[in-house]
Amino acid sequence: MIELEGLTKRYGDKTAVDDLTFTVRPGIVTGFLGPNGAGKSTTMRMILGLDHPTAGQVRIDGKRYQQLKDPLTYIGALLDAKAMHGGRSAFNHLLCLAQSNGIPRRRVGEVLDTVGLSAVARKKAKGFSLGMGQRLGIAGALLGDPRILMFDEPVNGLDPEGIHWIRTLMKSLAAQGRTVFVSSHLMSEMALTAEHLVVIGQGRLLADTSMADFIRANSRSYVRVRSPQRERLLDVLHGAGITVVETGTGALEVEGGKAEPIGELAAQNGVVLHELSIQQASLEEAFMQLTAESVEYHAHSDSPPVPQEWGAGWDKGA
Amino acid sequence: MAVVAQAVRSEWTKIRSVASTVWTLSLSVVLTVALGTLLSWLANHQFANMPARERLSFDPTNISFAGMTLGQLAMIVFGVLVVSNEYSTGMIRTSLAAVPQRATFLFSKIGVATGLALAVGMVTSFTAFFLGQAMLGSHRAHLGDTGVLRAVIGGGLYMTLIAMFSMGVAAMLRSPMLSMGILMPFFFLISNILGNVDATKKIGRFLPDQAGGHIMQVVPRAGDDVPYGPWGGLGIMGLWVVAALAGGYVLLKKRDAQ
Repeated sequence: MIELEGLTKRYGDKTAVDDLTFTVRPGIVTGFLGPNGAGKSTTMRMILGLDHPTAGQVRIDGKRYQQLKDPLTYIGALLDAKAMHGGRSAFNHLLCLAQSNGIPRRRVGEVLDTVGLSAVARKKAKGFSLGMGQRLGIAGALLGDPRILMFDEPVNGLDPEGIHWIRTLMKSLAAQGRTVFVSSHLMSEMALTAEHLVVIGQGRLLADTSMADFIRANSRSYVRVRSPQRERLLDVLHGAGITVVETGTGALEVEGGKAEPIGELAAQNGVVLHELSIQQASLEEAFMQLTAESVEYHAHSDSPPVPQEWGAGWDKGA
Repeated sequence: MAVVAQAVRSEWTKIRSVASTVWTLSLSVVLTVALGTLLSWLANHQFANMPARERLSFDPTNISFAGMTLGQLAMIVFGVLVVSNEYSTGMIRTSLAAVPQRATFLFSKIGVATGLALAVGMVTSFTAFFLGQAMLGSHRAHLGDTGVLRAVIGGGLYMTLIAMFSMGVAAMLRSPMLSMGILMPFFFLISNILGNVDATKKIGRFLPDQAGGHIMQVVPRAGDDVPYGPWGGLGIMGLWVVAALAGGYVLLKKRDAQ
């Protein structure tokens, strides 16, 4: 169990993490979702005691990180695949971690087997591909057989086979009753692995909910109708008190998930339909809507810069 | 205590499993011994041509340590890399997640590296002395002569302290390039200039290498009037080391790990 209480991190006057309070529970995969720059990695570094919080605190199984005896046996983390000395072999990298936490030497061989790196155990880590580095980082996280695991963007840069492997691994770790906390900036990725969701944007908590509730609350469904007799259909629907949205493509959209009454109305009034289908807005759209106001690095595609007279900004000190 | 023992074992694995340890330390031995032997051989052949004043203050022990001017540079690289590798590779985040007690982490690392530097420094110092004396023929010193054993052991301690000072500076600066860029020219050039130019001599002789270097002298140089003895000088160097390590620890404790 990981408990965050009012966790805050400021760099000068910039707030990276703003008063985060939530709990990561055992037995399920908890997704930590937010756009790039939302403060996910900073939060994870504070959980591990690497960065000092400006305010608030983190408890790991009720204790502060610094109070954990042999912390790798409580919580294992993959922060980034490059947090290792490239000149050291995979085996020695894991061995020095094991020794620092009193973990028996045989565990090194076991975790190398688990992640499928036994064949390159004596090779230097700098020759590893991103995927292999990621696997070695995960081996380090599993080394102490911890009850809590934390992965920061584990599927970044992996091939489909590697992505599948990580998803399966995370689910099986949670099924063993462990706490699994995994960050991502992709909603679609989380929808496949996480049962619970914590969403942040610009360092602030936006949602702390189960995946099922999130989907129920955010997946807008509507009925799409197309007809050659568009005007007639509009009249019929309006007459029945149904709100219709006209789209630019000529189709009509009706909020709510019921197609039957529309079909029946059309039949009664002799309107020909070319399409009558139920549509689901994707979770990705729901996530983007949720974080829209908080996205720090807007592309600003919708508001092109206003052309200014040459030199107009000079006297404003711009 | 168990935590410290585990951290020390871990640091020993770290230090023996990277190539830079082997090449920096062996370079330090080779440079110090080879250059010291060469200069001792030259001194023996030039002795008859030396002015009387230099002949009177000829220090056969010290001349066999002449290679340390270069050898200490390799020791500096060793000390800097041991600490700054953690930062330049990103390993520091993994290391501090494994050992969150930052004092335990830093001083276990420095302890292990210091032990290794001491062993290599002593081997270097004794080898440089014996090979150097073998080149000096009739002008040679013996280990049993007054002050000679102190100078030879002091040579090993001097190299160890140089490595420790570098570790402290690297812990403060984190970047290997920045640390070496400051330490190498300082010890190779600047300190020597400050210690030999009349205007700055009084301050220059309190610099770590200038003060510590006196431990390797058996015959005082003509006109040398430093206000400390050989051990006093080494003590001054020790204070520099303590200051650098304390600075490194305070910054490590305060900073975020990156």
